[in-house]
Amino acid sequence: MLIAGIPLGFLAVFYFYPLMKIFALSFMPEGTLSLVDLHGLVSTSYYLKTLWFTTWQAALSTILTLVVALPGAYVFARLRFPGKTLLQSLTAIPFVLPSVVVAAAFHALLGPNGVVNTWLMNGFGLETPPIQLNHTIWFILMAHVFYNYTVIIRIVGGAWSRMQSSLTEAANMLGASPWTAFRKVTLPLLFPSICAASLLVFIFCFSSFGVILILGGPRYATIEVEIYRQAVHIFNLPMAAALSLVQICFTFLFLWVYTWLQRRTTVALYPESRRITQKRPTTIRDRCILGANITIMALLLGTPLLALVIQSFTAGDGFSLVFYRALLENPSQSIFFIPPVQAIGYSIGFALIALILSLIIGLLAATFLSQEKSRAASLLDPLFMLPLATSAVTLGFGYIIALDKPPLNLRTSILLVPLAHTLVAYPFVVRSVLPALRSMPKSLRESAVLLGASPVQTWIHVVMPIIRRAIIVGAVFAFTISIGEFGATVFVARPQTPTIPLAIYRFLGQPGALNYGQAMAMSTLLMLVTAAGFLFLEKIRMSHEGEF
Amino acid sequence: MEAPREVILPGDGFFYFSEEVIPMNRRILTVLILAVSLSSLTGCSRENTTPGIETITVMTHDSFSISEGVVADIEKDLGIKIRFLKSGDAGAALNQAILSRANPLADIFYGVDNTFMSRALEADIFVAYESPLLSSIDDSLKLDRANRLLPVDYSDVCLNYDKAWFREKATSPPARLEDLIRPEYKGLTVVENPATSSPGLAFLLATIGHFGQEGYLEFWKQLRQNDVLVTDGWEDAYWGQFSAASKGNRPIVVSYASSPPAEVHFSEKPLDDAPTAAVLGPGTAFRQIEFVGIIKGTANVELARKVVDFMLGRKFQEDIPLQMFVFPANTSAQLPPVFERYARLAEEPVLIDPELIAKRRSAWIDSWTEAVLR
Amino acid sequence: MTLLRLRTLSKTFEREPVLDAVSLDVEEGSILCLLGPSGCGKTTLLRIIAGLEIPDTGTVYFDDRDMATVAPHLRNFGMMFQEFALFPHKNVLGNITFGLKMQKRPRREIRARAKEMLSLVGLEGYARRNVSELSGGERQRVALARTLAPNPRLVLLDEPLGALDKALRERLLLEMRDILKKVGVTTIFVTHDQTEAFAIADTVVVMDRGRIEQTDTPENLYAHPATASVALFLGFHNLVRGRIEAAGTMSTDLGILRLAEHGVPTGRDVMALIRPDGARIREASDQPDEGKTIISGVVKNCLFKGRNYHLELQTGTGQVLAFDISNESRPADPGQLIELILSPEAVVVMTDSLVEPFT
Repeated sequence: MLIAGIPLGFLAVFYFYPLMKIFALSFMPEGTLSLVDLHGLVSTSYYLKTLWFTTWQAALSTILTLVVALPGAYVFARLRFPGKTLLQSLTAIPFVLPSVVVAAAFHALLGPNGVVNTWLMNGFGLETPPIQLNHTIWFILMAHVFYNYTVIIRIVGGAWSRMQSSLTEAANMLGASPWTAFRKVTLPLLFPSICAASLLVFIFCFSSFGVILILGGPRYATIEVEIYRQAVHIFNLPMAAALSLVQICFTFLFLWVYTWLQRRTTVALYPESRRITQKRPTTIRDRCILGANITIMALLLGTPLLALVIQSFTAGDGFSLVFYRALLENPSQSIFFIPPVQAIGYSIGFALIALILSLIIGLLAATFLSQEKSRAASLLDPLFMLPLATSAVTLGFGYIIALDKPPLNLRTSILLVPLAHTLVAYPFVVRSVLPALRSMPKSLRESAVLLGASPVQTWIHVVMPIIRRAIIVGAVFAFTISIGEFGATVFVARPQTPTIPLAIYRFLGQPGALNYGQAMAMSTLLMLVTAAGFLFLEKIRMSHEGEF
Repeated sequence: MEAPREVILPGDGFFYFSEEVIPMNRRILTVLILAVSLSSLTGCSRENTTPGIETITVMTHDSFSISEGVVADIEKDLGIKIRFLKSGDAGAALNQAILSRANPLADIFYGVDNTFMSRALEADIFVAYESPLLSSIDDSLKLDRANRLLPVDYSDVCLNYDKAWFREKATSPPARLEDLIRPEYKGLTVVENPATSSPGLAFLLATIGHFGQEGYLEFWKQLRQNDVLVTDGWEDAYWGQFSAASKGNRPIVVSYASSPPAEVHFSEKPLDDAPTAAVLGPGTAFRQIEFVGIIKGTANVELARKVVDFMLGRKFQEDIPLQMFVFPANTSAQLPPVFERYARLAEEPVLIDPELIAKRRSAWIDSWTEAVLR
Repeated sequence: MTLLRLRTLSKTFEREPVLDAVSLDVEEGSILCLLGPSGCGKTTLLRIIAGLEIPDTGTVYFDDRDMATVAPHLRNFGMMFQEFALFPHKNVLGNITFGLKMQKRPRREIRARAKEMLSLVGLEGYARRNVSELSGGERQRVALARTLAPNPRLVLLDEPLGALDKALRERLLLEMRDILKKVGVTTIFVTHDQTEAFAIADTVVVMDRGRIEQTDTPENLYAHPATASVALFLGFHNLVRGRIEAAGTMSTDLGILRLAEHGVPTGRDVMALIRPDGARIREASDQPDEGKTIISGVVKNCLFKGRNYHLELQTGTGQVLAFDISNESRPADPGQLIELILSPEAVVVMTDSLVEPFT
């Protein structure tokens, strides 16, 4: 089948082949299976504990994110209020920020000498800072909520805004209280998209790296962290590969359960125009929800981001543009100096290529999965998601040994950056588009076919416009993931063409207030680029909103 | 309410009120996106290769830097093009060089340090080169007798402290490693995890050198009692916990001897004095030496040798301090003023045989983890 | 002329046979109705004709051409779905012109055709309306206009009125028949509602369990259901089993039933239905019973229905038969023993008695 061929081919070449190569090299360095380096995997309980920690922190993070973000999804899906688009674009920003920068922001706010603690100590005459979050599980959980808030908002909110309001109204008329109507009607109908979003959040937290390393400190380690440690610092490649396999197998298991769940719960619904489903917050309940949400968002997302921006504009004691000016200068004449505009240009260029590739691969994969009901498809679905949960270092090493001969001599090619980004980004397109495709009544497509539309025409004229909202959501994710990706980029990027996150890390590699300030300034630019990209994609969507 | 309108409008206007307009926009958008991506792609690949000119590829780690002028000089002198490949941190970069040995990615590798050295030599990915410039390099830096890896720069990993903090608290800053476990230093120190950080490992080696293989764990256990904070990377320790550089509350951090001059050099306003200072007394620091080597299998051994010579030569060596904030290996290289003024070298730094490091590293890290983290 | 010929079409879903060797001819210009209970395979048959499903075996010939290799979008058939499947992202005009645009017809022609279609279905002035602003009946008409706009050679309607309420359904039914006849297009109409089928079809095909039970005009079908399942589906529940005997009678558990003309050979075991409207209460004043079929039983129930009485009679065998008795007769009270006279025309022998009745 051609539709499945392209995404499968892409996966085979850029995912499975490098992975097989690195596994083969790790387990069979001399051509025969050798597992001597793996005795530690079973002889101590350490790795079992790591796996357990990885799983429960991911589960807890997912639940917390859901609790915090579901009301937000309602607000963005159902209510109309001024500044909504801007607010929505702000929720996407944390997603792209490097974990070092986020850590710095949280430290500035909640660290021992941070704003909140200083304020509390002065206000209550305390001797020691009352909030001690540094290197605790709470810090990890908070950061995961901070990062993944937008995933729930976008995916669940998207489905919620498609849902006919008449359904809940009907439930209300039948005597259901708003809460009962939510539980009995809205929640079951949203279930597939809640599952999809939760899964993405779970996988992100399951393979969390930077947050665990920096905010959690060395006492906490996920499998991903352990893989990095084994591969890069201890040189135990077999162990790293074995842990990667464990990670992949577990992820596959979660994905498989999820896919099964989602197939069972999707209901075909006639989509409704957003004009009808959205209303102004007129009831007291809606106003309370809106108010509470904006407060939560301001506290959780707004203040850390604001702290970064303020730091980028503060030199010594007052307002200053010195860090921004420094971004444009190259006093040491380094050959690797990149003017910020160029770094932004590379980031956007890579992101656009990754976006287009992700859309092509993701839409083809989703179309295939939505049509195919065979057993093969239920295995392919989780397979398509695997790259999301594969350690960047394992895959990076795989590229080094696998893509070294023509026609795939891509090891040093600039193309490897958007290709690697695509690998992480297209699963998001699949996950945001597939529920929309599945919930689209089959008869719409069949009507088009019987009116003489070829499969391609049907796709362009009927399917795509109807699932456009979901496509844009996928595109936003692809764009932001590419803009913010660090783990894989650091392996495959060329020094002359760094992305913004790489540039930020470069500044943070050396001491000095100027370096730190420039990193903050660059982070602020990263936020701006992200927000601008988001608003641009949103604008495309809005320009068609009148029709549907 | 809008009254129902007559369907048929005169002329082609009929078609412009439904879906015809949108594909138009979409097409423009697609073209726009494609154009931008293509142009950025071609822009990116512009520096690829110039026909007829030999290219030497230098593989290195993220922290590597050098000035444009120096690269231009070498390219002009040798009539070649230099291409740099950065592949993650020092460990990741070296690992990739080893993994790709069947089909090397580069001609030269810059930045194997003495903690990774044995692994590199074991993997046998470098060819020996007796550079004439070795004569101007201090013998203590030459750890590979066969000269497969040639010392190119070095720095001392040591404690840094926040001068202002100690002035304010009227406490004396630490002078020896033993100071860290005194009660008045409780909760003041942040160190990096040797399992994930290269300065972290270097500092662990410093304690092993100072206290011996029998005594170092006892020191660390007491340090743990004294509420030492461990981070997984230098960035978090320095930018997240060190009081002189962040909102953190730890005035003592493990960093480099060259960090104080970097603080002066990278300050947003001119400074007369460094805000931090390094602890450099005997047996408190580990000397991290970086090496350069010619990768086995290069097609351009002759050219690669010339490039290595250039890297060990004065022009390159004098560029090193302000680019990477490490000391040049070549003793004849002139140090820049900020180094002359603020940078000090450790007295009697700890040096451990790279082979011993390679052999014991895992065990040391495991015992350390057991003693400090579990 | 036969436009569509179906030959031995079979289809199995997950090992459940849905269609079992179905063959059927459809005349050009006629309206044919596939009637049957849900799950009888009628929709599957329609979808196979449309090309949306591929039969396991069998062939669809359209205009004497095997359609197996013709993709559905190249067949130039029109199909209307139960829930109308209007494109929510297009307005009324966008929906109606969709098929024409797919065929890349000239703009002038599309414009004229759209106008023609809108007036055909009586929706002039609705071109710019959003689909979500339309009522159910309007949606149905837009769907019909959209189906007819590209001038399909065959129109397939899958329960096109199923989603509407009863009153609207009856009104639109006649309207739709008018429109289809005006256009003169060959139509296959799927429904589970016999009233709909009788009102709209030239030919009715009754299906059950993946097989065609009977193909006939609505009138013949009603008068002579060929099988027990057809009879039951049409609402005839007075079924009796018996044997054909010489001299135009049939022996059953109820006794000897006198028959009208029939073509079933003597000695055959068959089923017959007794029409509920073919009986009257035997009065004392009636002639002696010579040549008449008499059924006796206890009245179970007697309901006054205005024009007639609905009488349920429990016969000696325990079988309950239902009759509509003219309101001229005196009602009988429950528990009373009465006798009914059946006219020979009221007993319809079903030609295919091998089929067990379904309940």
